[in-house]
Amino acid sequence: MADATAATEYPTQRPNRVREFWFYFRENRGAVFGFWIFVIFAFLALFGPWIAPHDATTQFRDATLQPPFWQEGGNLTYLLGTDPLGRDMLSRLIIGARFSFFVGIVVVSIAATGGILVGLIAGFAPKWVDSIIMRIMDIILAFPSLLLALVLVAILGPSLTNAMIAIAIVLQPHYVRLTRASVLSERQKDYVTSARVAGAGIGRLMFVTVLPNCLAPIIVQAALSFSTAILDAAALGFLGMGAQPPTPEWGTMLAEAREFILRAWWVVTFPGLAILITVLAINLMGDGLRDALDPKLKRS
Amino acid sequence: MLNYVLSRLLTFVPTFVGVTLISFAFIRVLPGDPIIVMAGERGLTEERYAELSEQFGFDRPIIAQFWEYFTGVLQGDLGTSFVTKRPVWDEFFSLFPATLELSICAMIFALALGLPAGVIAAVNRGKFFDRALMSTALIGYSMPIFWWALLLIIVFSGNLQWTPVSGRIDLIYYFPNPTGFMIIDSITSGQSGAFTSAVRHLILPTIVLGTIPLAVIARQTRSAMLEVLGEDYIRTARAKGMSPGRVNGIHALRNALIPVITVIGLSVGTLLAGAILTESIFSWPGIGKWMVDSIFRRDYPVVQGGLLLIAVMVMIVNLTVDMLYGVINPKIRKR
Repeated sequence: MADATAATEYPTQRPNRVREFWFYFRENRGAVFGFWIFVIFAFLALFGPWIAPHDATTQFRDATLQPPFWQEGGNLTYLLGTDPLGRDMLSRLIIGARFSFFVGIVVVSIAATGGILVGLIAGFAPKWVDSIIMRIMDIILAFPSLLLALVLVAILGPSLTNAMIAIAIVLQPHYVRLTRASVLSERQKDYVTSARVAGAGIGRLMFVTVLPNCLAPIIVQAALSFSTAILDAAALGFLGMGAQPPTPEWGTMLAEAREFILRAWWVVTFPGLAILITVLAINLMGDGLRDALDPKLKRS
Repeated sequence: MLNYVLSRLLTFVPTFVGVTLISFAFIRVLPGDPIIVMAGERGLTEERYAELSEQFGFDRPIIAQFWEYFTGVLQGDLGTSFVTKRPVWDEFFSLFPATLELSICAMIFALALGLPAGVIAAVNRGKFFDRALMSTALIGYSMPIFWWALLLIIVFSGNLQWTPVSGRIDLIYYFPNPTGFMIIDSITSGQSGAFTSAVRHLILPTIVLGTIPLAVIARQTRSAMLEVLGEDYIRTARAKGMSPGRVNGIHALRNALIPVITVIGLSVGTLLAGAILTESIFSWPGIGKWMVDSIFRRDYPVVQGGLLLIAVMVMIVNLTVDMLYGVINPKIRKR
């Protein structure tokens, strides 16, 4: 099974497909813009500690609540000012990128892997198994996602890891539905019948024959849930149920800054702006991915 | 049509049982013994513990407990809050109007701006208006609403002092609340200034809660309009010499509304999730804030009952939307 899944990676890597993808993707200027922002975000996430001017948790006690450098009272040592405990805002924001990036990667990996597997099973299994799986997904979808994640984190204990697990569980049904729907329509097609007639086993049919042809909508969903994961993790952090202080996670930073909103605008503005820009870039990229991967929508 | 309605109703039953099971299971897997949590710092004797354990039924087999809970739910008994000692059902429905009022206002806000924005963008496809509106919509869609709320508070409550920061009405006003909707009750109370105060309190939470549905509706309206505008009957209408306003506003929009209605229905879950954040920030005494507070207070019966009621509400709305969809679009019924 392991080499079967590995084999499915190859067809999408064929150079002509990549070139075709890039051709369509490039047409959407917003998507390319989002892509470059995302590259910067990923770069900051990977190399943050070497770029950040200060340590993210060091408290400069004689420089608390310093405004950004362009405002009166600010200086170039702390470009975006300091927070109430005298920590450098810019460094915290840069280090915060890796938490959001990590959340996105982990949540999407868990949710997509689980969702694709369950979706494939639902698509190929007998009708009663399919019905049971889909009813379970309906049940999960009946709860508002943030509320379910909040309760799950309350059960597991507040931490970033548990927040990621909770968000992954909440996002998974979308992948299940999407995979199942594509599998059901692909299964009817002649190439699947011919593979079956040629003697392909159920495992091969699922992972080698059908799955690669279902990937386009799943990739788009992955991009969209990457941004949802970042937003939800930040929301949980904001409510005190995600990453715990002094972790420089953007949502947690906002929660810590709440009581200073009328005194120090920068401690509130910058972390939120970081979330907005990141999520916006990923959503722009997601739109571009959809246009490039979905031939039906290519002209809209 | 009847078959369609019946089949949709049939899938409702197992989902309802499952939702009950999940909300029931949560209280049993939460860390910490609920009875010890309830006793607080005073602690309690072993006899008292056994007594309470029996009173809540925690000493009986889990299946018996679930059966009792389930039959209770069917009769509207969701248990009693550990903190306020009031039935969860009563608490929920005394706070629900506040959330409903806020959600309705947010939805009206989202529709009033989102539908025209979507239509204007679709009609001016590819031009400046389209780009500007859709960029704004994407920003709204990507907005962390808890931050958006803080920004609005900084500008409108802090700097401009136009709107209050928290609550539903100024404390100087007091009147009975028969409908639960502050806007209606403030008018019927006859107190001067009460209505203005209620509206001023509603403005910021409405904008915050309505932002994401607004963006979703604008985007959805645009793409639905674009699809419809390519249809033959639109060309026919244009060829007949109808005014563009009539073609876009009546012929196209009416058909474009079908997918938009689904989106509106699906937004109910988003609204309730958004209400958790919005109500917490603006101290709005509704379901969202109540749930968050109960989670932090470990008030298990409230968490369990609230979760169940919210899920059932979402399910009922989704079911209604599905049925409405069947009424509007006959093609769906045949499937």
